[in-house]
Amino acid sequence: MTATQTWTADQPIVHIADVHKSFGVVEVLKGVSLDVMKGEVICIIGPSGSGKSTLLRCINALVPINKGSILVEGQEVHDPKLNKLELRKKVGMVFQQYNLFPHKTALQNVMMAPVTVLKQNKAEVEARAYALLKKVRLEGKEPSYPGELSGGQQQRVAIARSLAMNPDVMLFDEVTAALDPETVKEVLVTIRDLAEEGMTCLLVTHEMGFARELADHMYFTDRGVIVEHGPPKEFFAHPRDPRTQQFLGQIL
Amino acid sequence: MSGDTDLPVLLPAARRLAERVRREREVGGPLPRLTARHGVWLAVILVFSAGAAGAQAGVGQESILSIMLKWTPLLFKGFIFNLAISFLAMAGGTAAGALLGVWQISLLPLVRAGSWLVTQFFRNAPWLVLLFFCMFLLPFQVRIFGVVIPLPDWIKATFGLALPVMANVSEIVRGAIQSIPSGQWESAESLAFNRRQTLTMIILPQCVKRMLPPWMNLYAILTMATVLASVVGVSEVMTLTGQVLSAEGGRTDLLIPFYSYILLWFFIYCYPIARLTVRLERHFAVKT
Repeated sequence: MTATQTWTADQPIVHIADVHKSFGVVEVLKGVSLDVMKGEVICIIGPSGSGKSTLLRCINALVPINKGSILVEGQEVHDPKLNKLELRKKVGMVFQQYNLFPHKTALQNVMMAPVTVLKQNKAEVEARAYALLKKVRLEGKEPSYPGELSGGQQQRVAIARSLAMNPDVMLFDEVTAALDPETVKEVLVTIRDLAEEGMTCLLVTHEMGFARELADHMYFTDRGVIVEHGPPKEFFAHPRDPRTQQFLGQIL
Repeated sequence: MSGDTDLPVLLPAARRLAERVRREREVGGPLPRLTARHGVWLAVILVFSAGAAGAQAGVGQESILSIMLKWTPLLFKGFIFNLAISFLAMAGGTAAGALLGVWQISLLPLVRAGSWLVTQFFRNAPWLVLLFFCMFLLPFQVRIFGVVIPLPDWIKATFGLALPVMANVSEIVRGAIQSIPSGQWESAESLAFNRRQTLTMIILPQCVKRMLPPWMNLYAILTMATVLASVVGVSEVMTLTGQVLSAEGGRTDLLIPFYSYILLWFFIYCYPIARLTVRLERHFAVKT
């Protein structure tokens, strides 16, 4: 586990090497390796329990790993001396259950972190928050509380909230899984706009159409290992491993 | 039992039935509820027992009502004393208990274990035993920075009652914090909030709503427990009632009227708190 290497853009922005993670006796990640270059969109698919969400949570140090190494911009994530808060300023995460703060308005949700954590000027942050909410097509919803918003709207506020921290990498953990089909599209359009602007995105998703259209690279995980990966065209058209074929056959 | 009726004269009864149906549906069966009607029954007991006592009394003796009215100012002063003890014990206990509750979820194992121990000890000790402890263990005066502060009995009793309040508030706070979904912690951490910021800005504000009903329940229980102070010699309403009864010659027929009177006062004080708690519970249940 190397501590810090000076990172340049020709190296992977996220480098995951042979990561193992167990929860007690249950081994959830059994040696996962992954590389993400800056600006890429990576989609991870797989059956439930295969460790996809755990992998994302390891990247921003929400979950510690047992073995292996994760480098984000050259910084070793699981270095005990690492300031986790500094890492999380660079890596944003959006959850399946939105997890908005219910006692704050949409605007306050978006503004809270830059004002409190980054200690930025309140007026500037407010202006940026308005711009971000406009970008996710929620103009006019700034004074609403999360309880007054639909699922899709809440998810878009969650995305805006993560973007307010100006991260370098965005992690999306099955963000459309709890939404009904009409609102799924709203959120996917927002993510597509982000990706087209050059944000590095790692998505755990079941939206195959979206993945096929947008991903630069696809990964299939099953029971804690990456079974197969490749560019989406080849991945969907000619899956090599029988497990991949079986999974794609079930869902497509 | 739909609550609908054609006859206007039956409307109030129909509405009452509908209300009862709705309540029973909530809990799956008829639920005994404290209502103003119970207060009326208490008053009825008071009036009847006073009347019976008056009927048994001789011709020359004062009427029960005039005796009770004569002593009311004194007893009322004692009752206010009970309320003052309840306020102080609740304030002190809540402040200390909130701290203890947050320490119970501390990341430092020593803090966590220590606060858990203190909470469990004071929560599972009988309140009267704690009162006695405080009366006999606390000194009758303390010297702080050369200033001598006397500790009268009622202060020691207040402290003794604040201890179980502290333990119960600690559990209320811990329970409320642990009832917040873990997703709130995860998203706060992902946004690079540190633990203190997460607790004060995100978790605890959401807890306040949840803590209010059990906290108000605790206050009602504490108010009624303040009469325990009479056992340790504090001059509050129970002690004064006893003294008044012996001043009136130890007449046994005065016992029920006087104690019903005191009961009525406590009822009149605690009943609005109970109603407010029920309303708050319903209000918060709908929102979340």
